[in-house]
Amino acid sequence: MSVLTRRTAPVRVPTRSFHMVERNVMAYRHNWIVILSGFFEPVLYLLGIGFGLGSLVPAVSTGGGHTVSYAMFVAPALMATSAMNGAVYESTSNFFYKLRYAKTFEAVIQTPVGVEDAAMGEVIWAVIRGCLYSIGFVMIMQALGLIASPWGGVLSVLAALLIGFAFAALGTAITTFMRQWQDHEIVTLGLQPLFLFSATFFPITVYPPILQAFVAVTPLYRSIHLIRGLTTGQIDVGLLVDVLYLVLLGLVGVAVASVRLRRRLLK
Amino acid sequence: MSDPHSLILARQLTKRFGDLTAVDGIDFEVAKGEAFGFLGPNGAGKTSTMRMIGGVSPVTSGLLTIFGLDPARHGPTIRARLGVVPQADTLDLELTVRENLMIYSRYFDLSWREGARRADELLEFVQLKERSRDKVDELSGGMKRRLTIARALINSPELLLLDEPTTGLDPQARHLVWDRLYRLKQRGVTLVLTTHYMDEAEQLCDRLVVLDKARIAAEGSPRELIDRYSTREVLELRFPIDEQPSLDGKLNDIAERIEVLPDRVLLYTSDGDEAIAAVRKRGLQPETALVRRSTLEDVFLRLTGRSLVD
Ligand SMILES: Nc1ncnc2c1ncn2[C@@H]1O[C@H](COP(=O)(O)OP(=O)(O)OP(=O)(O)O)[C@@H](O)[C@H]1O
Ligand SMILES: [Mg+2]
Repeated sequence: MSVLTRRTAPVRVPTRSFHMVERNVMAYRHNWIVILSGFFEPVLYLLGIGFGLGSLVPAVSTGGGHTVSYAMFVAPALMATSAMNGAVYESTSNFFYKLRYAKTFEAVIQTPVGVEDAAMGEVIWAVIRGCLYSIGFVMIMQALGLIASPWGGVLSVLAALLIGFAFAALGTAITTFMRQWQDHEIVTLGLQPLFLFSATFFPITVYPPILQAFVAVTPLYRSIHLIRGLTTGQIDVGLLVDVLYLVLLGLVGVAVASVRLRRRLLK
Repeated sequence: MSDPHSLILARQLTKRFGDLTAVDGIDFEVAKGEAFGFLGPNGAGKTSTMRMIGGVSPVTSGLLTIFGLDPARHGPTIRARLGVVPQADTLDLELTVRENLMIYSRYFDLSWREGARRADELLEFVQLKERSRDKVDELSGGMKRRLTIARALINSPELLLLDEPTTGLDPQARHLVWDRLYRLKQRGVTLVLTTHYMDEAEQLCDRLVVLDKARIAAEGSPRELIDRYSTREVLELRFPIDEQPSLDGKLNDIAERIEVLPDRVLLYTSDGDEAIAAVRKRGLQPETALVRRSTLEDVFLRLTGRSLVD
């Protein structure tokens, strides 16, 4: 009899993820201020560094003989960062609280919503949060004349969605390994160098070749490279590499998160 | 091989956590419309069994079907027809009372409208309507329990799993829950519950099993179990604390069976009054002597060597 041999549930396509998003929207109606807070940091950097410090910097060369103003150079990097921040905050701290303390998922998996739905739903929600930040940010960029063409603006929002997905999946996966709140310090410790050294404030050519190769495979660098290409209008095949990289990172993250969640919740 | 009408069928059902065997090859069947109970001391394996039935705990070995389906393969289909009250509340702390029900209805793919209708109806059913806008944190333990029961009913389940549904409730709230469960049973809902309260088991269960150390120690209706494992009457004696240890042997032969508990001695006999006379004749002076009928508690004590409520 087949029921005697088959012991583990097949991995399902997460069709009910959307209910998880609904749940999060419901919860956030009670403290939407938390969402706002993450938005301002990159905006302040744009004003302080992009324009303030930027007034001292002449044009920046972005390769292939192109040069752009410093603000135009920094803005896409900050946009990518804001997508990353939204997704990471959500998929680490908030997800950790739900997983470890609120036991949110224990109730969820008792319904037709499965573990895969829960994992994917959390990722989608984090993407939405990251995307909200990016949309706000791109509107500021547009207002300040920092986008080469309207198409670049639209495409960069789509790119931000992908960036959010990659980082949300990564954050969710990492969070399943965390045991205590102190572990979040490691995330913060990881985000800071990413933020500072991913060709955010200066071109990658500043580094010696060996460091360049290393920076080139880090996720925020790929994200910034993608958005910068779109907003400055330098479209080339290199952007496809970025897209592929982010898609892959996201898929691996979701897979790891699903497997880990299963092991944790289905005891 | 089995009754096709059985809603739950377990054969040699086993659950292991590493080296520890929490459920050790148990067999049972639950028929549609039945109220079925699991009794057993702490750690006997009740929750482990309930979680397997609920489809959130993979079976280690043996056979388990719910509605004739394998939980490992048809989890979502089975869970759509189940209502679950877990031992520890798992209410959503970030949401209000009513929102908890609303979002749960969404998890079952109900429309917002239908969810709202059922939420209001259920809040009435468990008498929490006035608290519907409060955060869950602000409820008392008993109110949370009632909300959990309401939540388990949001999808109009055919089978309701209740793991210690009334633990921590005051007598009034317990009676409310019993009444609600009784009504659900009348409507044809199948109930599977665990409890540490024998009155609850006697009131609610048509049939029950006593689990002890991961195995089934006995099975039957409350009445059958009492007839099989206990005597007609029980004489409860209380002695001054310091005298009880020195009783050793003095009560022998007065009853069919004697249980010495920390605070009292139980004599199992068909005639309690006769037993009292015999005790007095031996010159013993109990502080109090009470004759009562046997209950499930006595069955439990006999089978597991422990009181029902530790
Ligand atoms: N997730 C788990 N990991 C390891 N051991 C577990 C786990 N869950 C339960 N156990 C063990 O399995 C055994 C049975 O536990 P279970 O919770 O099923 O008992 P129970 O009959 O529900 O007890 P109680 O009346 O205290 O609720 C216990 O020894 C317990 O420690
Ligand atoms: Mg238990």
